Amino acid sequence: MTALLRASGLSKSFRGLKAVANASFEVAEGQVSALIGPNGAGKTTVFNLIAGVYAPDTGTIHFQGRPIHGLRPDQICAAGIGRTFQLVKPFPALSVLDNVIVGALRVERTVAAARGAAHAVLRKLGLEARANDPAATLTLSDRKRLEVARALATRPRLLLLDEVMAGLRPTECDQLVEAFRGLHRAEGLTILLIEHVMRAVMALAQHIAVLDRGAVIARGTPDEVVRDMAVVQCYLGEDTEI
Amino acid sequence: MSRAALLLTGLLAVALVFPWLAGGYALSVGTLILYFAYTSQSWNVMMGFAGQLSLGHALYVGIGAYAAGALFYHFGIGPWAGLPLAVALAALAGVVIACLAFRFGVSGVYFALLTIAFAEFTRIGFDHVSWTGGPGGMFLKVEQRDSIDLVHLRGPPALYYYVMLALTAGALALCSRLLGSRAGYYWRAIRENEEAAQALGINVFRWKVLAMAISAGMTAISGVFFAFYNNSLFPEQVFNTGRSIEIVLGSVIGGVGTLFGPIFGAAVFTLLSEGATEALRAVGWEIPGSKGVVYGVVLLLVIVFLPQGIWPPLARRLGIR
Repeated sequence: MTALLRASGLSKSFRGLKAVANASFEVAEGQVSALIGPNGAGKTTVFNLIAGVYAPDTGTIHFQGRPIHGLRPDQICAAGIGRTFQLVKPFPALSVLDNVIVGALRVERTVAAARGAAHAVLRKLGLEARANDPAATLTLSDRKRLEVARALATRPRLLLLDEVMAGLRPTECDQLVEAFRGLHRAEGLTILLIEHVMRAVMALAQHIAVLDRGAVIARGTPDEVVRDMAVVQCYLGEDTEI
Repeated sequence: MSRAALLLTGLLAVALVFPWLAGGYALSVGTLILYFAYTSQSWNVMMGFAGQLSLGHALYVGIGAYAAGALFYHFGIGPWAGLPLAVALAALAGVVIACLAFRFGVSGVYFALLTIAFAEFTRIGFDHVSWTGGPGGMFLKVEQRDSIDLVHLRGPPALYYYVMLALTAGALALCSRLLGSRAGYYWRAIRENEEAAQALGINVFRWKVLAMAISAGMTAISGVFFAFYNNSLFPEQVFNTGRSIEIVLGSVIGGVGTLFGPIFGAAVFTLLSEGATEALRAVGWEIPGSKGVVYGVVLLLVIVFLPQGIWPPLARRLGIR
């Protein structure tokens, strides 16, 4: 299996605080990978390095063999990486449909074509019934779906999900897991998720990397990592939220 | 026919027959309403669509007015030939300001302050340009006012009214097209959340600069009109921050980001301020600055009772989406 995304030796400091320290990992084409770790491990920073919010201090990120580190977020999107935000950022005054049309316009030539594509994405995520409501009126669970719908509408090769399960009830979480499974199965979409909710990680991920204090300390299949995690927990003597 | 189209047809019909029913004063108020509706519609592209607050739009009115005015004054070139130059110069000024501001991440109130600063130093700058008359002003020759001379934009008051009506209708049509286009979607996305817009592949810088160029260019056309309607231009009067605020008021009172808001807003605040001035004059109190008080009171009432402006609740009442 080839690596769609390859990060090597990533480091990023904020005023002397090393958020990411020499982290390396790969995301295989067609797989669901997860990046897990305790609070403050540097997950979101890694995510923002990939998404172009920050440029890494050192290290490289290659996507489809091309270097993408240091590009702007819109260039990263154009390269084929879609993202969601941990704290959802809908366009509140726009309708749910218009939110998704904005995403679809990245690939569609006309607004009419984008509208059609947006409807299709909304159907996939079960938001069709809310299409004409302002995004501000959605529940948190639906806003998270909208984040995913908007990112999907840009037709990414790789979808980055930042804590998309956080704050959801277990049933809502399971529904969203089902939606991602469907997307992955139907379209072979490659997904990298950053997640606290282990229930979702175990249900979705085929490959897991564990981040702690900015470095990758374990990686492998979910089973391997859980075994490894037990060792790590004993060793570190702290609650790593499993 | 949709209700919006019905309303539009009704408004247009009233606006078309208005000069036959109105006297000289009413006609000048009507022209003023249309002038503010047009300028506010232009400003709305920047703030209402793209979410960038400009408080210096008098700059573009002034650039348009002085560009076309100077061409006429010095070379006898009519307004229609001056128009493209006026639009190009204003759009260029807009692009320069936008590039400076957005390249360095200046946004929100700081961007607003920057727009005021540009209008202000242009005002002071024009005081020292003797070619355009300096502080003493530039006066355009008025040869005749009886027959209609569209080429030189000379004629009776109704001519100016109809020109302004055509411009306002054109601006409404253009803005409606823009709003439904890629640009409209991208601008609104940027307005709502810049970070999310960028994550969806939108080059935020480029689209914000485009909004500024279009808004400034549109505004400059009203400047050309202003020059040939007023026939006198003074930097102190044209570039005044007060003019910029008046441009903003139509949209703020009518509804920022809406298509009909600037038109209704301009009508409401012009009628109220003119009405109040007239009423005060009728009872013998001619108080300087009474207009400003009326603007202030209207703005206060709208902010308190209709924070989204007059148009959105009115549209709901009329069943227009």
